[in-house]
Amino acid sequence: MLTMTSPVPPGGQLVDHPALPGGYAEPDWSKPLPSREGDRVIQFREALREAISEEMRRDERVFLLGEEVAEYNGAYKVSQGMLDEFGPKRIIDSPISENGFAGLGAAAAMYGLRPIIEFMSWSFSLVAADQIMNNVPKMLYMSGGQWGCPIVFRGNDGAGGQLGSTHSWTVEGLYANVPGVKIAIPSCPYDAKGLLKTAILDPDPVFFLESERMLGDKAHVPEEEYYIPFGQAARLREGDACTLVSFGRPVNFCLEAADALAGEGIDVDVLDMRTIRPLDMNSVIESIKRTNRVVVVDQCWPFGSVASEVVTQIIERGFDWLDHPPVRVNTEDVPTPYAKQLEAAYLPSTERIIAAVRGAVG
Amino acid sequence: MPKKVVYKAQIEHLQILDEEGKLDTKLAKDTLDDEQVVHLYEQMSITRHYDEVAFKLQRSGRMGTYPQNKGQEANAAASALALRKGWDWLVPCYRENTALFMHGLPMHYVLLHWMGDERGNQIPEGVNITPLSIPIGTHMLHATGIAWAAKLRAEDRVVATYFGDGATSEGDFHGAMNFASVMQAPVLFYCQNNQWAISVPREIQMNSETVAQKAFAYGMPTIQIDGNDIFAVYKATKDAVDRARDGGGPSFIEAVTYRLADHTTADDAKRYRDPEEVEAWRAKDPLIRTRKYMESKGLWDDTKQTELQERAEKIVAEVVRTAEGIEKPTPADFFNHMFAELPHELERQRDTMHTSSLCQNPEQAGLRAGLERV
Repeated sequence: MLTMTSPVPPGGQLVDHPALPGGYAEPDWSKPLPSREGDRVIQFREALREAISEEMRRDERVFLLGEEVAEYNGAYKVSQGMLDEFGPKRIIDSPISENGFAGLGAAAAMYGLRPIIEFMSWSFSLVAADQIMNNVPKMLYMSGGQWGCPIVFRGNDGAGGQLGSTHSWTVEGLYANVPGVKIAIPSCPYDAKGLLKTAILDPDPVFFLESERMLGDKAHVPEEEYYIPFGQAARLREGDACTLVSFGRPVNFCLEAADALAGEGIDVDVLDMRTIRPLDMNSVIESIKRTNRVVVVDQCWPFGSVASEVVTQIIERGFDWLDHPPVRVNTEDVPTPYAKQLEAAYLPSTERIIAAVRGAVG
Repeated sequence: MPKKVVYKAQIEHLQILDEEGKLDTKLAKDTLDDEQVVHLYEQMSITRHYDEVAFKLQRSGRMGTYPQNKGQEANAAASALALRKGWDWLVPCYRENTALFMHGLPMHYVLLHWMGDERGNQIPEGVNITPLSIPIGTHMLHATGIAWAAKLRAEDRVVATYFGDGATSEGDFHGAMNFASVMQAPVLFYCQNNQWAISVPREIQMNSETVAQKAFAYGMPTIQIDGNDIFAVYKATKDAVDRARDGGGPSFIEAVTYRLADHTTADDAKRYRDPEEVEAWRAKDPLIRTRKYMESKGLWDDTKQTELQERAEKIVAEVVRTAEGIEKPTPADFFNHMFAELPHELERQRDTMHTSSLCQNPEQAGLRAGLERV
């Protein structure tokens, strides 16, 4: 029924794996990434769509399942037009049952398909907690290497759109604690495409965290196919006054802060981690050896957050290089407020990042 | 051993007041009297106007999101009347405004909620309503829990919980139904089958002929009713509530109705619904048929309608004024209800409004000694 048209990307290779029928494709990592500069300006959501569509054209095992993804073209229009191209067998509207479709997806992945499961919001993934935290990440381990689970869960993560406390989860802190998953969190359309394509090829479960606030962001995205390797941070600004470490949407605030600070003669390194599992701590430590100061910006709650992990590892590995205690910029430790002005005050912002850097270098 | 049938079931559909406003007087016996009909019509009309105003508030940027109730008011209104105000509990989702108001929730609270002020969820003492539940289906378990607690405390309270057709796909629904049935909890599961879960029609949401039949799996009395018919809603609710109060356990009602508006203000239903379908349902509007019935009985006329419209406008304008007149919450307010007593590190966050790290020295976090932002 399902045929593999061309499951391996150009220059890539097929890798055999005992738990993955048909093996898995690995891109050619030696191929340099295309330039970030250019005039093919598209939206973040279009970059996501391009990544999914390209992989679906290549590999008929790939399908998209979720609420509102088909007839409605996606609650956030990521899958616009995809039902027309791929049909209802591959772009599938699901009943409202996150635990149900997360579990179905897990089983489909175990049986050799390549599901992409869309959570309208990662907030809703909490009702699928047992599937995505207790089943999917442990599948390979607990089956003694017999069942793989090459699945992508993706959707909107984080607050900022006045969606209220229960719909504004930033889940990376919670899920990063679970061994067995990979977590990618792009900050721009270019990375969205390259990271999502890698996620779909990946032989392990990947949680892909998008942001409703960024779906309309526009930037150059190369038309060609490219795969961004997991576990490699991008250094987006260079400076030796302080290191700014972030991931996902707040990276954009860090860039704004870096530009503003540059005007004051404070040049900062900005590292976009791109994936938080795996986490490219080597790049962070290398940067700190030059700057001796670090501010970690994370839109999760502070307690036990990814920022906590980054700071811990900095202390463990780079303590002697520090001239100032590491600083974290997180959200406040309260449920996400719904009112506009409260939500803005709650989230990390350019102003708070600037204040933190000034404090660290002052 | 011959084969034998071990279970047989059928579902009744109840309609008492039809689309044309004609009443089946036999079925209507011992249901609503004239005064109650007029009362329900007024309540539905006022909340219909409230709904329209709330929609405009959102469109003009004065409210975050709003889910319109339009077209479904008969469900909330007539079921609320069959429940004992201030004694029985309502566990709503977000399309039951009329029921909330009839059970004593000040009307501006719902606006406050959608404007992002959590004080809109500070339900006043004596009003037995839980806060609006936005995650789909999770509140049905709460309803079962409240009902079970009431039973354990030997109080003859009944709990009614409202949800949509889509919510019956959630695991929580099945958990709540099973527990309610096993524990014979006094709870009414009221499904407003409005045909659409955002853009997903009922036929894709489930493959069963009716929603009502799902209750068979839990051994629960079940019925399908015309949800735009105040008589049917009242009768079915009253039967279920009486049964529950007498120790007869839970019941299920599938009320067939229609969401005449969008899912919420973030949705545009025109993109996925057939306009002919919407038009057909407009003709079944509970307000239209109730008015036709009242007019046929001489209970209503154009003068009364004009007076009611003026009254609704006045009430809703006052409600909006009240909601908007309440001082907006400040960022420091979001620490108010975190714990019974605010822990030291949260106090520090409140005082600095800069969390960075829960235990970090403020100077290290870019703050001066006086705790001002640098």
